[in-house]
Amino acid sequence: MSDTRDGAPEDAAVDGGHDPASSTHTVRLELVDEPGQLLAALQPIANNGGNLLSIYHERGNKTPRGRIPVEVDFEATAERFEAIVEALREDGITVMQAGTERYAEEITLLLFGHLIDTDLSDTLSRIEASASTSVADVSLAAPQGTEESSSARLRLEARSGESAAAIAAVRDIAEEKDLRVVAPLAGVDA
Amino acid sequence: MRLAVIGAGAVGRSVVELADEYGHEVVAVADSSSAVVADAETGSGVDAEVVVTRKAEAGVVGDDDPEDALAADYDALVEATPTTLGDAEPGFSHVRTALERDRHAVLANKGPVAERYGDLQALVADNAGGVRFEATVGGAIPAVSTVEDIEPGHVTAVRGVLNGTANFILTRMAAEGLDYEHVLAEAQDLGVAEADPSFDVDGTDAALKCVILANVLSFGAADDPADAREFTLADADVEGIRDIPGSTLRLAAEDGRTVRLIGEATGETVRVAPRLVHENGTLAVSGTQNIVQIETSHAGRLNISGRGAGGPETASAVLGDVGRLG
Repeated sequence: MSDTRDGAPEDAAVDGGHDPASSTHTVRLELVDEPGQLLAALQPIANNGGNLLSIYHERGNKTPRGRIPVEVDFEATAERFEAIVEALREDGITVMQAGTERYAEEITLLLFGHLIDTDLSDTLSRIEASASTSVADVSLAAPQGTEESSSARLRLEARSGESAAAIAAVRDIAEEKDLRVVAPLAGVDA
Repeated sequence: MRLAVIGAGAVGRSVVELADEYGHEVVAVADSSSAVVADAETGSGVDAEVVVTRKAEAGVVGDDDPEDALAADYDALVEATPTTLGDAEPGFSHVRTALERDRHAVLANKGPVAERYGDLQALVADNAGGVRFEATVGGAIPAVSTVEDIEPGHVTAVRGVLNGTANFILTRMAAEGLDYEHVLAEAQDLGVAEADPSFDVDGTDAALKCVILANVLSFGAADDPADAREFTLADADVEGIRDIPGSTLRLAAEDGRTVRLIGEATGETVRVAPRLVHENGTLAVSGTQNIVQIETSHAGRLNISGRGAGGPETASAVLGDVGRLG
């Protein structure tokens, strides 16, 4: 999706029309199929000065995880756009694509071992800190309490072409903490 | 062809029983302590039924010495003794004996092809007989011959589920929400897992099969065998399924996925590890089934699934090899 759909701009910063500093942005979100989710996703856009243009809500077209893809177009300055994407993420909304920055590759993997004793939140923030990865979703199962082995399912978003690097980064962190990784088969639609 | 069958476990016995149906004659059978050898002068042959019954009842196959079977007048030797690692003995010497007599050898024993592929190829180059080993990878599944038909130089990777015991355990854990120890005990009761399941659940068996495939790819693609990279078990990166908690499989299932012990071989790497696959995907075969997925340069992806173990299944791969050598 291009952020210059209003015509070929002479200057990338001045292509919006209404406000000389604004331009049109598209964010692609994945929403949980629950009432109020769409409104919750639009609020951070409005609250941070985004001017909503259109919403494409693909209600009948769920992702394999049962989420609903939504595409939102809005006008905002570059600075406000950054703040909007940040606010969306802070609210726990899955941003699949923001402007030209595209988290094209989604990776689901499992971790097991002493996840809680080895500080799961530290594990996750270190995965986040690795250059190309964002942690979109975490599910934890610790049926035996914190003493025994537990499991987590992580959904990561990596930039295009960087899935292998993202998995390698997770492996390094896991190895250090004596955790095991069940990685997906890379490049295989298994 | 006249066959000498060395090893009288499930596979060896099935080869003895089925050989006639495939148009071959068994002239000698040996286990670790005894042998029976046909005598051309007296016209006494090897009676499959007698051999199998005697093995079951008395623990021996006949009154002869195992050495006599190796020296018998056969066209192809079937090596079906248990897989051994390292020097792959005594299987390797059995095959060497056959090749040095300019006879063929067909292996069901993974040791010589996983641990000493280079030595074996050198023996083949120096002698008249051939070596085949379809039964060492994926039981009844024609993995090696399919790779050879496509030509190893046009195969970029081979992967799959190559251990029925590990697959049975993962399948049951996911289906019943049970933990590893519980399912292992069940598998042992059913005879799917051995008393010491290490070889299967630690990934060693799957790794040996992938090492064999890596050797087929590497040697098959090289113009000169001297340039080919030889793989052994030590070159494989292996993780098993022993520690996987039931909760891991539950989390996978919530997401429409499951875990399978997947082996992957290319001409450069060998890796075995539990991997996340789609629950209804091609690689998520159930129970003791195996699957081999071949990635090709010009023909896309091929999948062959089937029974990866069992006496008659593996014997059919052995007898198919005998047919190719004939």
